[in-house]
Amino acid sequence: MMSIFIFKVILVVAVFAISLFMAAYSTYAERKVAAFMQDRIGPDRAGPFGLLQPLADGLKLFMKEEIIPTISNKFLFVLGPCLFMITALMTGAVIPWGDTLTFGGVSYALQITDINIGILYVFGVVSIGVYGIMIGGWASNNKFSLLGAIRASAQMISYEIAMGFSIIALVMMTGTLSLKEISVFQGGGVDGHWNFWNVVYQPFSFLIFIICAFAECNRAPFDLPECETELVGGYHTEFSSMKLGLYLFAEYINMFISSAIISTLFFGGYNFPFMHDLGLDANMITILGTVALFTKIVFFIFFFMWIRWTIPRFRYDQLMNLGWKGLLPLSILNLVITGAVILYFNK
Amino acid sequence: MTLNLFYFLSFLGILSALLVVFSKNPVHSVLYLIITFFVIAAHYVLLNAQFLAIVHVIVYAGAIMVLFLYVIMLLNLNQEAEPHKSNLIRFAATISAGLLLLVLVGTLKGTDQMLVQSAAPVEVGLVKSLGRVLFKEYMLPFEISSILLLAAMVGAVMLGKPENIKK
Repeated sequence: MMSIFIFKVILVVAVFAISLFMAAYSTYAERKVAAFMQDRIGPDRAGPFGLLQPLADGLKLFMKEEIIPTISNKFLFVLGPCLFMITALMTGAVIPWGDTLTFGGVSYALQITDINIGILYVFGVVSIGVYGIMIGGWASNNKFSLLGAIRASAQMISYEIAMGFSIIALVMMTGTLSLKEISVFQGGGVDGHWNFWNVVYQPFSFLIFIICAFAECNRAPFDLPECETELVGGYHTEFSSMKLGLYLFAEYINMFISSAIISTLFFGGYNFPFMHDLGLDANMITILGTVALFTKIVFFIFFFMWIRWTIPRFRYDQLMNLGWKGLLPLSILNLVITGAVILYFNK
Repeated sequence: MTLNLFYFLSFLGILSALLVVFSKNPVHSVLYLIITFFVIAAHYVLLNAQFLAIVHVIVYAGAIMVLFLYVIMLLNLNQEAEPHKSNLIRFAATISAGLLLLVLVGTLKGTDQMLVQSAAPVEVGLVKSLGRVLFKEYMLPFEISSILLLAAMVGAVMLGKPENIKK
């Protein structure tokens, strides 16, 4: 009992550290990918290949002068970035980072908590996340910030609906809301039974989900809350120093977490092909599974960046039209078809 | 332990609900209301209704209150912009609040008989059991309430439609 408790504490700290590490190196990767796409070299001054660049950036943000506008609400102004960061870090708790490790007869699940409503918990936390932007934008007492905040809230609510509907089709198929069980559902190998990844059964659901994930993370082509050509800096115009750092950092953590969720829901999570047919030790399979999950996550983070440096930003009415008139009816149609197919095969 | 948690949550809930009413700034009021909703969700968790708790957070704290905040931020309400309320309106507000209090007291009066049944099984709040009850025992009320929501939605779309666009 005690060993499991200690293991959970270690796991919490590890997930926290890995999220921050991935976010820090996503900033580096983003600049390198952008440079690659635009035929430049990118950051290469700090350390070998510029690998120490995130540390330099972090140090710079910590050392910069902190400016709080005199007429803004100080408490809410500080609360905004903190809330955004906290909600970004909270979602990691329900993601299964791997299968179970067994040491000395005690099995340790590589998941902080397996609650039976895991996917709804993620939705709940994501829907609270918008308060960080709204409170920060409003407390800045700046027109650009307020517009950015309002855009962010409208965008997030609109895309949450299509996202939820696309997930319902998946939940109908797997019959569970627990992320762990959804992962198990996709596991398996060649031996006797084939379990495909969910993306094979639900390609439309995946497509809708990933578009909505872009919008929820405020990433290009949906980065209207902070689009610099119209709104200076959007909701974080007035923020400086590490408070700005928290906003930018939390965005990368959101990207990491949504990549993890996409991998878990649609791309098999910690499962990899032929995992039970290689004759490996159970612990070895778990470790390889975690490596496989992180490979998938890194691919999706790269995909996020790939899209950002390829597709130009939407106009705001186009964004709303796509969300309400494009994705929502499509996701409902997908839901109806999934229901009909399940009814037909399970008769 | 659970009882202490209950008292703490109730204290927090009542405090934040009072602050909703007494704070001068409407945006602060909305933020306190969000805290109140979270406390209510925590109460649901104490009653083994995890699904209800998380749906409460998603729908009320995550969507409805965001829209509240949205509207209040856009309106930019402050003390000068607030319309002066006549005595008649104040009188009517007091009367209706008093009536509401009467209803609440009347509801709470019968609670001592309900305590016997309150020992709900652990599984009662799970999605499975909730879905079964909702789609078997309460199928008709469930469908009727969804039609009610649909009607409200159609009404909102009708009201929001710009009238000058006619073809």
